[in-house]
Amino acid sequence: MTAQRSLKDLLAEHPFFQGLEEPYLELIAGCARNVRFNAGSYIFREGEPATEFFLIRYGRVSIEVHLPERGTVTIQTLGEGDVLGWSWLVPPYRNQFDARALTLVRALAFDGACIRNKCAEDPRLGYEIFSRFARIIAERLQATRLQLLDMYGAAPRRQPLHA
Amino acid sequence: MTETLLVRPETARTPAPMAPTRWRVLRRRRETHDTCTLELEPLDTDGMAFRPGQFNMLYVFGIGEVPISISGDPAQPDRLVHTIRAVGPVSTALCARKAGDVIGVRGPFGSAWPVEAAEGYDVVVMAGGIGLAPLRPAIYHLLQHRGHYGNLVLLYGARTPRDLLYVRELERWRGRFDVQVEVTVDHAGAGWFGHVGVVTTLLPRAHFDPEETVAFVCGPEIMMRFAAKALMERGVAPERIYLSMERNMKCAIGLCGHCQFGPVFICKDGPVFDFARVARLLTIREL
Repeated sequence: MTAQRSLKDLLAEHPFFQGLEEPYLELIAGCARNVRFNAGSYIFREGEPATEFFLIRYGRVSIEVHLPERGTVTIQTLGEGDVLGWSWLVPPYRNQFDARALTLVRALAFDGACIRNKCAEDPRLGYEIFSRFARIIAERLQATRLQLLDMYGAAPRRQPLHA
Repeated sequence: MTETLLVRPETARTPAPMAPTRWRVLRRRRETHDTCTLELEPLDTDGMAFRPGQFNMLYVFGIGEVPISISGDPAQPDRLVHTIRAVGPVSTALCARKAGDVIGVRGPFGSAWPVEAAEGYDVVVMAGGIGLAPLRPAIYHLLQHRGHYGNLVLLYGARTPRDLLYVRELERWRGRFDVQVEVTVDHAGAGWFGHVGVVTTLLPRAHFDPEETVAFVCGPEIMMRFAAKALMERGVAPERIYLSMERNMKCAIGLCGHCQFGPVFICKDGPVFDFARVARLLTIREL
C-alpha cells in the first residue's frame, strides 16, 4: 500500500498524467511497478510481445532497428520524462523496434493488459489514456516525417545564404 | 512586450556597397565533408565592423559572387570568418581557396540578431544544419556579455554526427556552467551516444521562461517553421522569435529584386525578421 501510494505520487507529478483525477491515478498505479535497466541492456526487443509501456524517470533510451548490411540504426532517443512504448495499445501487441538503455535507466513500467482492462471497464479512463497516447503518437509521427524530409541533407535549390 | 526588437538594417551605412574590397585567406578549415570555414584578413581596409546575423557578398575573381552569412566574432573586426557549404560553383571555389589566396568582399549587409534588445531576457538559440554559422556571432556576443542575459540555451540539430559544425566549440560551450547546450542528429549509428531526433524534440528539455524569452532560429525554412511553431506552443510570443531568411541575393542592396519576399527584400529588410512579420509569407508557395 505504501509503495502503491508513492507510485501514485510519482504519477501525479508526471506531465503525462497531468490533470488525471485522483481515483484514476490510483487505478493506474495498481498496474505500475518500478524498474531499472543497466546501460547497454535491452528494455524490449523487436517482434517480442508488447506487454508494457514505460515512463522514463532517469537515464536515456535508444530506439533502434537492425538493418542487414547497415547494422544498428538509432531512430530516436528518449530521456527523463518521456514515454516509451505504445505497441501495447495496438493489436497484435508486438514491439516494432528495439529499445536499449544508453545509460542506467530508472522507469515506471505499466502492465499493458492491466491498463487495457481498466480502460475497457471505464471508457472515460480509456479516453483519457488513449488521448494522451494519441498526442504522443502524433508528435512522434511529426518528428519522423521531419527526419524523413532529410531537411539538412537535401541539395538546396539555390545558393543558400547559410552555406 | 509585443513590439519587435529588431535592429534596422545597416546596409545604408556600408560605404560603396557595390565595390568589393580585397581580403586574403589566412586559414581554411574543413568543418565537415562539404563545409569549410575561411578566415580572412583585410588588404584594403582596417577591417569590417559587423553585427551578428549580417552577411557579405563573397567574390571569387573570374567565377562569381555569393551571399554568405558572417560566422565570426563581431568583437574581432580585423578577422572576417565565413562558413561555406560547397553547393555550387562559387561556393565550391570558395572552399578550394588556400592560405594566401585573395577574394573580394562586399558588405556587411542586412539586419541583425537583436542581441542588445534581448538583454534581460532568457535567450534560446535554435540552429539546424549550416544554420549554426549565422548564429555563431550572436552566440559569441551572448557569451561575452553573459551577465546581461537570463538563461542561455543552444539547441542544435544536424543531419548526422559527421555533419556537426564547430564540434570543439560546442564541447567548450557545453562545458560552461552558465549555458545549456543540447545537440541532436536526425540519423545515427550505434556509435553515437547523443540525442537522435529532430531539433524541436530538444525543446522540452530546455530551461527557459517562455514569457521572458527571445529566440533566434536559423536553418532550413521548414525547420524554422516547425521550430517557431514549437516555441509558440511552449509560450514564446511570435514577436520575440527571430528567423534568418534565405533567398537568392544578387545585389544585396535592394535594387535587383532577386530576393523579393512579398513586400520585403531579404537583403535589405532582412535576413533577420521576427516571426510575426513573416509567418503569413512563409505559407505562400509562390514566394
